[in-house]
Amino acid sequence: MIFRRPLFWLILILSAAFIYLPLRGQNVPLREDLILVAIAIILASNLNLMIGYTGYVNFGHIVFYGLGGYFGLYLTSIRGWNLVLAALAAGVAVSFLALLFGLGILRLRGAYFALATIGVLEAIQAFVINFDPWGRSTGMYLSFESYQAWGGAMRALWIDYYLIIGIMALSMILSLGIKISKFGLGLFAIRENEDAAAVLGVNTTVYKAIVYSVSAFLPAVAGALMFFKNGMIDPFVAFEFMLSLEGIVMLMLGGQGSVTGAALGAGMYEWLRSSLLTSPKLSDFQLVIAGGLLLVVVLFAPGGLIGWVYRLVPPSREVIE
Amino acid sequence: MTPLLEVRGVSKRFGGLLAVSDVSFTLNQGEILGLIGPNGAGKTTLFNVVNGVYKSDQGSITFSGRDIAGMSPHKIVHLGLARTHQIVQPLNEMTVLDNVTVGACFGREYLGLSAARAVAREVLEQVGMGSRTKVLARSLTIAGKKRLEVARALAAKPALLLLDEVLAGLNPTEVAQMIELVRSIRDRGVSIFMIEHLMQAVMNLSDRIVVLNFGQKLAEGRPEDVARDPQVVEAYLGDPDIAEKLMEKN
Repeated sequence: MIFRRPLFWLILILSAAFIYLPLRGQNVPLREDLILVAIAIILASNLNLMIGYTGYVNFGHIVFYGLGGYFGLYLTSIRGWNLVLAALAAGVAVSFLALLFGLGILRLRGAYFALATIGVLEAIQAFVINFDPWGRSTGMYLSFESYQAWGGAMRALWIDYYLIIGIMALSMILSLGIKISKFGLGLFAIRENEDAAAVLGVNTTVYKAIVYSVSAFLPAVAGALMFFKNGMIDPFVAFEFMLSLEGIVMLMLGGQGSVTGAALGAGMYEWLRSSLLTSPKLSDFQLVIAGGLLLVVVLFAPGGLIGWVYRLVPPSREVIE
Repeated sequence: MTPLLEVRGVSKRFGGLLAVSDVSFTLNQGEILGLIGPNGAGKTTLFNVVNGVYKSDQGSITFSGRDIAGMSPHKIVHLGLARTHQIVQPLNEMTVLDNVTVGACFGREYLGLSAARAVAREVLEQVGMGSRTKVLARSLTIAGKKRLEVARALAAKPALLLLDEVLAGLNPTEVAQMIELVRSIRDRGVSIFMIEHLMQAVMNLSDRIVVLNFGQKLAEGRPEDVARDPQVVEAYLGDPDIAEKLMEKN
């Protein structure tokens, strides 16, 4: 049972802290910092389902987030939907699309799969750039009325923030839930040796397609919420390849395959980026640092921070999930 | 008695190479059937065709009365046909217990996680690995990995177990232990189809033996008859007196 796992309660405490800290004294700058951390945790946790659990490197993971943002903004702003409903619809739509793509590209393995995921990202970006209802390359702006429904922009942004924290909590709980389930065991078997897993009775095709689709759901919801906050979207911010790469770096840093590792990696990377971004001279300097860090991690601690802890204290495998 | 496994006219071709050519045989309930032959005779390919890793080009395969030719491997496991690999395929970064739990979870009974854990512990006890449940599969010795292969397949609760050279690479003590294990598995009612190069073991364990050479069935019958068959002696055994020598030691 998931309620018996200490990590489950830790996730709830962390999420409560994320809600309480900026609320105290209406600290908007802190809220804006934490929202980026939350998004990073959402993206890294769900990417972990593919990379860490199943062993399939998805370079195009950001496509779910961007598409979610587009669906969300389109439905709230142009169709006048309620934000929560629009975000859920975005999640369902993107998950369904992911299932279709997944059944196609998950026949590929290793580097070929990774390349195909870049292809998916590029193809969808190219499609959106030419898609009239979504404003082609200029994108879409949120109509201000969408905020009015929530009692003004200020209140809407706070509510949006709580929703994003909720999705962050759900992302980690989903990761934990899958990790301790039979489904998760099947995924791990695929990661370790896909052919052996099939011979042991795992329906690998279906498992891979399901996890690819599941890993799309919460990032898409988060995308809808985040671009609602930003108030605008265009194909270049929505489908930024660099963000996809950063998600992978977060996982490598924290430790792929671990719920805690994904969250820690996301937190550390976001912290690093925000501290480096404060200096105008060092704009985008986090990428240089990230590259160097990644090299160090891959060479000296291939399992990331958590993998390093596992190696140092082997019994911790049983404790840290 | 209806046979548990019936293979009829099965062929498998890789490009220009006919790896398995028109092979037919049956395996009866409760039997240990040996499969021998020179390297490259198509033994492992035949296993791969039977358990669905490869699709046969021709012929029919019936298991417990159901046609399984062309079925995918995971479905064949659910029907109760499990196998081990000649080249061990451990799930390296998972514990021994988890490796076997996968077998129980996705095997014939398709158990839930906690029931599968219980079965896995039981099976690990049975194969003599009860004390190694928490070890990572990667860190096992080759003998341990072979045992793990057997445990994983057993956890699926198969009616028929395909063993692909479980004795290869083991030292004499380990061989003796593994032979005991194979016997005990059969005594629990699991039928066994085994590829083996260790002639003394296969002669003593098997009720009947099938001999493959260049993808074709060369002989089939009781071990002593097969060992005396001049064609088998010429193609594989080499020594016309081998039957007597092997039976003596029994």
